[in-house]
Amino acid sequence: MIPLEYEKIASMIKENVSVLDLGCGRGDLLEYLTSTKHINGQGIEIKEEAVFACIEKGLTVFHSDIEKGLDAYPSNSFDYVLMYNSIQEIKNVDTIIKECFRIGKTLIVGFPNFAQISSRKSLLMGYTPITKHLPFTWFNSPNIRFFTIRDFENYARSRGLVIEWSFFFSAKKEIKFLPNLFAYTAIFAISKPQ
Amino acid sequence: MNKKDIFRFDCLHLKSGKTLENIEIAYEVYGEPNADKSNGILLAHAFSGNAHAAKLTENDTAGWWDNMIGPDKAFDTKKYFVICSNVLGGCGGSSGPSSINPKTGKEYALDFPFITIEDMVEAQKKLIDHLGIKKLLCVAGGSMGGMQVLEWIRSHPNDIASAIPISTAAKHSPQQIAFNEVGRQAIMSDIDWNNGNYYQGNEPKTGLSLARMIGHITYMSDKSMETKFSRKLKDNKDVFTFNVGANPEFEVEGYLQYKGDAFVKRFDANSYLYMTKALDYFDVSGKNFTIKTKNKSLKFLVIAFKSDRLYPSYQTEKIARLLKLQGFDATYCEIKSTYGHDSFLLETEDETKLIKSFLRSVEKGGER
Repeated sequence: MIPLEYEKIASMIKENVSVLDLGCGRGDLLEYLTSTKHINGQGIEIKEEAVFACIEKGLTVFHSDIEKGLDAYPSNSFDYVLMYNSIQEIKNVDTIIKECFRIGKTLIVGFPNFAQISSRKSLLMGYTPITKHLPFTWFNSPNIRFFTIRDFENYARSRGLVIEWSFFFSAKKEIKFLPNLFAYTAIFAISKPQ
Repeated sequence: MNKKDIFRFDCLHLKSGKTLENIEIAYEVYGEPNADKSNGILLAHAFSGNAHAAKLTENDTAGWWDNMIGPDKAFDTKKYFVICSNVLGGCGGSSGPSSINPKTGKEYALDFPFITIEDMVEAQKKLIDHLGIKKLLCVAGGSMGGMQVLEWIRSHPNDIASAIPISTAAKHSPQQIAFNEVGRQAIMSDIDWNNGNYYQGNEPKTGLSLARMIGHITYMSDKSMETKFSRKLKDNKDVFTFNVGANPEFEVEGYLQYKGDAFVKRFDANSYLYMTKALDYFDVSGKNFTIKTKNKSLKFLVIAFKSDRLYPSYQTEKIARLLKLQGFDATYCEIKSTYGHDSFLLETEDETKLIKSFLRSVEKGGER
């Protein structure tokens, strides 16, 4: 099953663009975009087993920590930089996002929404939320940032970045009504003002 | 068909400015060239390796990368034409200090000119031309072989479609030069070395063996030595003694002595000196690694091993960075292993996975 987010990202980018995927995991998204949009894709990934999976898919991957690996890329070398479900694991978000705009024109970010109603319910009941998109217990989660759709919009505004487009999803469909309350996940494309 | 042969050519202009004449390069090939000879893969051997990368026949002696070369292996001889040659300056059948100098009829010894990694690669290039290969599908190798791969990338980017440097560095650090210098001093302080003129008399066995023992320590890791030897004692240990050549007491001593003795039987001490100097002077770091080609479809697979203390992974990673910064398509993978620098010869299962997929994507790229 192709995740809705993958299809949406593919529908929003042009054919043959270049994409750098930060925290590309096993390369599923890169592979999908390569087969659907013939992108020229590369990834950065820290887990050895995932790096192997990428190479076995024929992808170009840099076995590195996102926070240490970006200076290996020349300025203005990609159309898009992607951070799909990896931004919440990053320590120096501001620095990394600055680097993303040195390397690429547009940054596509996908993340789980911490303010989705079931998460709010959990917190109200006094528990750390565990959902399909935030599946970890507090003690084994790789996530170090917990934020919401509204948080991200405010962040982009505070840094003078332009939100080119955004989409929100429940488990099965796109959410348009009150996304910060009903969406499990969000994807944003942001860029620097011209 | 697999075969071994010697390629002879008149002369080579060396980087030092000197010219070497009547050169012989020993090489082996595995598999068949295809019609347009576009399936050639050159493997560059490491310091103590030679042209014998794999068995030529089933009953042949083992090669240094047997598990990687053959039908359905990483370098699949059903698809690729695999070539491996002994380096210039070596002692595995190619011209080196132990070869006969045609001008004197005697071994060159120290009259052999200074050799660089660049010279080794130029000799390989002549062999590849001789075999009728216009463009190699890939050039691959680890350690000193990896340096030759880097030199191929730097000096012949239009003659290769891809490259796989493994466990290597763009330049030696002072620590690596230091290890080599201790090895050289061990050889040169052996009285039998005799300023390199030992071919008619006793070889500097003690010095060469000692150099090899030092080398082997750097090839292993703390962990692999613990696993292999721990503090185990040999059964045949002598009474506590300090005689040179006394039976070893600890297992690890026995191993080093065995490796030293075995090395002396197959390696030339002067080649050791020349080749370690070639390694130490090699430097394609920073701006020296500017790759002059318009061919941005070149593909690179750079592999390092975590426990490598001779060529720590940061050095190999830097190569991937240098390639990326020039806009090339470079994959980098650091494999977890406890075997130290020896990993690139031992972790063939992981290497096979990576190299097989990589070569498949190189072939695909070529069709595009």
